[in-house]
Amino acid sequence: MNKPDIREELKKRILILDGAMGTMIQRYTLQEDDFRNDALKDHLKPLKGNNDLLSITRPDIIKAIHLEYLEAGADIIETNTFSGTTIAQEDYACEALVYDINFQSAKIACEAAEEMMKKTPEKPRYVAGSMGPTNKTASISPDINDPGKRSITFDALRQAFKDQAKALIDGGVDILLLETIIDTLNAKAALFGIQELFDEGVREVPIMVSGTITDASGRTLSGQTTEAFLISVEHVPLLSIGLNCALGAAAMRPYLQVLDQKAPFFVHVYPNAGLPNEFGQYDESPEYMGKQVEEFLQEGLINILGGCCGTTPDHIRMMAEIAARYPARTVNSLQSSVLSN
Amino acid sequence: MKNTTYNLQLSGLEPLTIYEGSNFINVGERTNVTGSRKFLRCIQEGRLEDAVEIAREQVNGGAQIIDVNMDEGMIDGKEAMVKFLNLIASEPDIARVPVMIDSSKWEIIEAGLQCIQGKGVVNSISMKGGEKEFIEQAKKVKRYGAAVIVMAFDEEGQADSYERRIQICQRAYKILTEIVHFPPGDIIFDPNIFPVATGMEEHRKNAIDYFRATKWIKENLPGAKVSGGVSNVSFSFRGNDPVREAMHSAFLFHGIQNGMDMGIVNPSQLEVYDEIDKTLLEMVEDVLLDRRDDATERLLDLAESFKGKIKEKKEDLTWRESNVEERLAHALVKGLVDFIEKDVEEARQKYPRPLQVIEGPLMDGMNVVGDLFGAGKMFLPQVVKSARVMKKAVAYLMPYMEEEKKKNPEAGRNNGKILMATVKGDVHDIGKNIVGVVLSCNNFEILDLGVMVPAEKILETAIKEKVDVIGLSGLITPSLDEMVHVAKEMEHRGMNIPLLIGGATTSRIHTAVKIDPEYSGAVVHVLDASKSVPVANSLISKDLSAASAQKFKLEYRQFRDDYHARKREKNLITIDAARANRQVIDWDIYSPKKPKLEGIKKFENFPLETLKAYIDWTPFFQSWELAGKYPAILEDEVVGKEAKRLFKDANAMLDEIIQRKLFTANGVIGLFPANSEGDDVIIYSDEERRKENTRFLFLRQQNQKGAGLPNHCLADYVAPIDSGVNDYFGGFAVTAGIRVEELVKIYQADHDDYKAIMAKSLADRLAEAFAECMHEEVRKNWWGYAKSETYQNQDLIAEKYQGIRPAPGYPACPDHSEKRKLFDLLQAEKNTGIELTESMAMMPAASVSGFYIAHPESKYFGLGKIDKDQVLDYAKRKGHSIEWVEKWLSPVLNYK
Repeated sequence: MNKPDIREELKKRILILDGAMGTMIQRYTLQEDDFRNDALKDHLKPLKGNNDLLSITRPDIIKAIHLEYLEAGADIIETNTFSGTTIAQEDYACEALVYDINFQSAKIACEAAEEMMKKTPEKPRYVAGSMGPTNKTASISPDINDPGKRSITFDALRQAFKDQAKALIDGGVDILLLETIIDTLNAKAALFGIQELFDEGVREVPIMVSGTITDASGRTLSGQTTEAFLISVEHVPLLSIGLNCALGAAAMRPYLQVLDQKAPFFVHVYPNAGLPNEFGQYDESPEYMGKQVEEFLQEGLINILGGCCGTTPDHIRMMAEIAARYPARTVNSLQSSVLSN
Repeated sequence: MKNTTYNLQLSGLEPLTIYEGSNFINVGERTNVTGSRKFLRCIQEGRLEDAVEIAREQVNGGAQIIDVNMDEGMIDGKEAMVKFLNLIASEPDIARVPVMIDSSKWEIIEAGLQCIQGKGVVNSISMKGGEKEFIEQAKKVKRYGAAVIVMAFDEEGQADSYERRIQICQRAYKILTEIVHFPPGDIIFDPNIFPVATGMEEHRKNAIDYFRATKWIKENLPGAKVSGGVSNVSFSFRGNDPVREAMHSAFLFHGIQNGMDMGIVNPSQLEVYDEIDKTLLEMVEDVLLDRRDDATERLLDLAESFKGKIKEKKEDLTWRESNVEERLAHALVKGLVDFIEKDVEEARQKYPRPLQVIEGPLMDGMNVVGDLFGAGKMFLPQVVKSARVMKKAVAYLMPYMEEEKKKNPEAGRNNGKILMATVKGDVHDIGKNIVGVVLSCNNFEILDLGVMVPAEKILETAIKEKVDVIGLSGLITPSLDEMVHVAKEMEHRGMNIPLLIGGATTSRIHTAVKIDPEYSGAVVHVLDASKSVPVANSLISKDLSAASAQKFKLEYRQFRDDYHARKREKNLITIDAARANRQVIDWDIYSPKKPKLEGIKKFENFPLETLKAYIDWTPFFQSWELAGKYPAILEDEVVGKEAKRLFKDANAMLDEIIQRKLFTANGVIGLFPANSEGDDVIIYSDEERRKENTRFLFLRQQNQKGAGLPNHCLADYVAPIDSGVNDYFGGFAVTAGIRVEELVKIYQADHDDYKAIMAKSLADRLAEAFAECMHEEVRKNWWGYAKSETYQNQDLIAEKYQGIRPAPGYPACPDHSEKRKLFDLLQAEKNTGIELTESMAMMPAASVSGFYIAHPESKYFGLGKIDKDQVLDYAKRKGHSIEWVEKWLSPVLNYK
């Protein structure tokens, strides 16, 4: 189904990104068997917890979750591929499945989006290919006694992200979303790989880049301030830059202000449902979170709003209702010349 | 700011923006093997830490970008570049600035680009290998997200005239902006700084041509920046620093006038332009600006007289002037290793034992680091760096501790073996590593299994290696479940060694509620590294481990019970509903005893001898971290011996205190006509109950109760006005602490901390005993409602008597601010010498105050959480703002 360029939609209104995938999967209380199919029945390593695999073994669940978010009002849904790189899949010895995971995940999400667009043709729905940070960092040493040591190289990351992006685009995604960036060098490697892909003739899609501020110091895990992070990825013409995960919505505001003022791109945010409580659960209610993110809209800081850890279709519904009351944000005019790239 | 797209924005950990009109940017040049022999030697000899220090010195000295160059025939430039960039990436005070990757070899540049997370600068590319190569390299630089320096160099060679300079720069600019689409603001030209005063005629215009070319570029190539390697200009004066520094400053002065944006200079080797000797300056400028034919000769002549004048180093070393403890703390906080061994050695000589250096000043410093980190004033890489300084310090002390171990095998033996692991599914291990460092600093042997460790591996290793404790860490939330899993597996295997839990999302409550019940061994949440040491010590020490484990089990059960209690109370009912469910007392069948005492009575210098019999010893042992109930604790298999010794010492001191009357015990009690009204208790000035003296306000439980269980409030135990019953209510304030400080000071002057602490804990016990004793006196005599009561001390401790003495600020009536009214009613300050602080704490600390309630059905209860409706009502009753009330009641509020 044809749909307008997402940049055109962003000029008209605030777009809603979906909420947490993991939180929704937990509701199904899946067992080891759910993560296996015939091909995987003799797989040696336990697979429970490898959520990305469910796109192959339990596509029904993944699609149902996508539909729940779409019905709640999400304009953009994320594929179930947060750990879909060979690097992250190594823990489960599932490197060989990476292409399938990404391709199938993209396909399921696209199907869900298509179904939804048939119901509400006036509202285009987009699929963003989720690309998590992997579990290795290119600029932080894994050993405090050997600060020069690195557990992964730029080239290995570049290749892994490139492979993931290729499969996602083949599967039909409209956007690539580099998310939960804790080490900017990982993100730079991913951007490098993706641009190579475009050079090689693969369909070009817009890119969203999403950093994670890890603590009260206002920095990424690798130590960068928000502005330094922005400068480090600005060489690529992005669809949007923003923040997700880690801090609750309230604490993100000052960093979003930085992006609002300095970024020549659209700005997005999708916070966790608060900070984890003593049991590691995120327990901010849709109403509470709604109040917090509404401030971002009042201030005109963001173009895309959604949820990360702990958020549910109820949270997304609340956000969609609130966002509908606010006009689209225009990118800081001083910076906008870059957008035309 | 003209047009932002022309700004040059760079980043390390922090941003650096260079715009038209911004100040000149200093690029540090000392981390360059071609420019610094010292740096080259560090790299060649593999002294990378020293090389890192050179980088630090540059940044501390004011470099805003650091240039890194490894182009030396004798070293593997690519490997050296990667290694060095990775090393400085771990030094936040260096990594905060952007990096300039300096090499004439493309492969070294590309390797460098793959190591920097920020936006750096490539130094440099040029058209010397032709346009094709130039375009390819520029495209790559753009893709890596770096800015670029373009040398004025083409197929025919380096530009050495004004005309060649501008011609090459113009051509390169056109290619970069039109073919490569390089952002104009990210293009930096280096129009070649060549030496002057060489004696060669063709070099006379080297500086002035650079200045002119700079001016031209800035006027004709929009957005482009200009840089240059400044030290080249003074090449012919090598060895004569004063002249070189003057030349650099003067060159920069004129370069900047002409539009130079940045330069590669050693900022700590730069004279202030205004402070250059006037004669020298004139001659330098003659050379730079080519103002006289004999300029070079004149400068050479003058230069001789400046030779050998060495400037002082300007680095701020004032912190070196403080005492050794402060210096160690400074080094830890700043992560500085330069002086650490020297300072540790000084501390080692100052402290009796090497271990005390660790436990004292070094741990104090690490605590500061922990506090700053917690407050967001330091960030993670800095903390890791601090830990490294700590490790270095400990390493220095190790041989001394080994030495001590030989002399005294007991003292130096390692404290025990601790297995540490980040649980399966989690890769975060920095916190765990820090805990590991701190524990190993404290002489524990650490067995670190790393990250993503499955439960089976943890348990197998623990059993095989016979570890004393397992420490689990995790940051992401699913790790919490994994920790529960590990605990279950440990139980399954019948293990009983202690399990420590740590990491950002972990908490004491989670540990108590979810992990502890799964495992019969001790499970302890460790808040931070500094807390890990005492916990590990108590769990491993031969004398204490069993008792500690038991103590932790009890503690965590308590946390759990409290949590569940709180949890239930989250279903609150309205205050109206709670009041409707008050405890109903049949006042028709109860006739309150009229107290013998009317009003207040004070007790000065109450005999301490009498109080001794009322002492509840169990909390005394708890305060000394000995777990168990008195008197059973004295016979306890594990702590009995220590408990007995402590008990003996305590009694010896107590006897001395009593005999020599070292403490003064003062108290006041008061009994008054009273009736309740709603949740208030009215105190009357007269038996006829005509005049209200004061009114105590109480709070009511709002939790959902089971059938037949009332929502308690202390006022319910006092007959309501409309019952027509004449009831009474009392209060007391007692202290045994009036002269404690005098005694404590004597002990402290004698450096006897044991006795000082003992004196304080005995005063506490005597105050509690005083309250118990007075309560009995009140029941039997002054109020007299239980004249025939005959209880032993243990019955009193078990609260078997009729009536209660709840204290303001404690569970039944948590509002500390009611204490003010109680003190006014009893004139407690005047009568006892106890004072109330602004936060309603009693001074001296060894004091107790509370209310007396006599009704046989009265009992102690915990208020639990209350809701906003009661707070609003309470604020109204209290006549204070809601905010004020909420402040005092914050621990019991069921909302935020």
